[in-house]
Amino acid sequence: MAIRVIQPGLLTTVQDLGRYRYSHLGISSGGAADRLAMRIANLLVGNPENAATLEMTLTGGTLEFDEGSIVALAGGVCDCRIAGKTAPTWQAVGVSAGEVLLCGGLKTGARLYLAVQGGFDTRPIMGSASTSLAGNFGGIEGRGLRKDDLLGVRKGSHSRVRTLKPGILDALYSRGPIRVTRGAQHDWFDAEAFDTLLCSSYTVSEESNRSGLRLQGEPIPSRVGTQLLTEGVSLGAIQVPHNGQPIILFVDQQTTGGYPKIANVISADMHRVGQLRPREPVRFAEVTIPEAVRLLREREEWLKHIFQY
Amino acid sequence: MRVGQQMKIVPASDSSLLVVLGEAVSLDNHERVMSLFLGLQRLNEPRIRNLHPAYASILIDFDPLQMSHDEAVSLVENVAAQGLSHYDRAVNIVTIPVCYDLEFGPDLRDVANHAKIPEREVIRLHSSVTYRVHFLGFTPGFAYLGGLPEALHAPRLASPRKHVPAGTVAIAGSQAGVYPVDSPGGWQLIGRTPVRIFDPGAMRPTLLEPGDLVRFSAIDRTLFDATVQR
Repeated sequence: MAIRVIQPGLLTTVQDLGRYRYSHLGISSGGAADRLAMRIANLLVGNPENAATLEMTLTGGTLEFDEGSIVALAGGVCDCRIAGKTAPTWQAVGVSAGEVLLCGGLKTGARLYLAVQGGFDTRPIMGSASTSLAGNFGGIEGRGLRKDDLLGVRKGSHSRVRTLKPGILDALYSRGPIRVTRGAQHDWFDAEAFDTLLCSSYTVSEESNRSGLRLQGEPIPSRVGTQLLTEGVSLGAIQVPHNGQPIILFVDQQTTGGYPKIANVISADMHRVGQLRPREPVRFAEVTIPEAVRLLREREEWLKHIFQY
Repeated sequence: MRVGQQMKIVPASDSSLLVVLGEAVSLDNHERVMSLFLGLQRLNEPRIRNLHPAYASILIDFDPLQMSHDEAVSLVENVAAQGLSHYDRAVNIVTIPVCYDLEFGPDLRDVANHAKIPEREVIRLHSSVTYRVHFLGFTPGFAYLGGLPEALHAPRLASPRKHVPAGTVAIAGSQAGVYPVDSPGGWQLIGRTPVRIFDPGAMRPTLLEPGDLVRFSAIDRTLFDATVQR
């Protein structure tokens, strides 16, 4: 079966959980910006959680199905329609042959995921279907979708759809501060710098994308006159360039950088970074590394118990 | 020389450690980084997701649900204790053909003026030495090459170009490199290679890997065009 792109939306790419073991070749892990929504979308249609999905950004796309299929939409809040009728998100829904799925503008959040039973059929590159826009590879020719692209879908063999327990998602996108641990160069910053990061509110700049989120707000003072030797950078690192305006390095980041990192978003909150919109306010709170690992462990445990059959 | 001398291990995130082996760009630091990097790579540890060597450090990203920071530190310390045993001097030597036509190297004149030497001397110097891949970063396959002759050290551009074509050969400061994919770039552009630097579908996706040795050899426009068409 195939799905035809009628309208691609603002930026729609094929994404799975990313590629690992290639960062020493300058290749970042990439993958879905909100891995949690993406994994849940896959699980809802009975896919393995790493199956290739579509990631839509701020404005969704319009897709035509040439065969009947089961799909799930998850992520930001969005009006979606199948053959003109409202399509629920966060649950498996059927699409009949010839029907059109239309996803509108996202009302909250920045990304919406579409999982199709069987998963999108693209050639894995270095072990992943994910699109790398910086490297022009993966997904569909290493680019965002265009009008009239045809997307193949793998056969979903007797996979069983799942249903979420009611109310289970309430805590998923908490409005609280994004939690961070201390960064690799935290000792380059004094107490005043940490106060600035943790006590003020920043705004996500329009120049943000999958490589990084530029934040605007109270500048963070850093040690003057010291140069950092270029080094590998971790996902979610908050680096502070000379102007003091922090940047969160994200899934399509450059793998190396030369600015000091004051803090790092914890793994358990990374999906929330993927849902931050331009002009949205963001605040940070500090946790310890053991606390961050405990939160991740709890999240993974939670994920095992969110479905009722 | 011990690998672990002055080694500092700090958590970079809840899933990674930064191992700092020095604070300068030097061959000595490079050999220690490479020995530790290759030693860790040879463990084939499935809980390690990424290893990223740089000038004098290695970033180690792991699955924090499978391995604690303390376990990761022990792994690093054990490999570091094996000294330089993993460092291999018999590395790959890669020769990259370069066409230094002005069309491909729009900054060749500026580099020559800055160095107060003729353009052909820039070309001769650039293709006269053996470079070392310190690490890769910036874009997929972009290798930071050390060993640029001092006469060619030139500042970065005041404002970066929005578009540098794949294959463009460039220098900046004491560094040399080749842009593997179309990307923005702030280095001085002096030529172009017809050879593919990054081939995502290949068994070895990047022409250059950390530790490789690199030479540039000058080719004329006819050979460049013939190679591109092949």
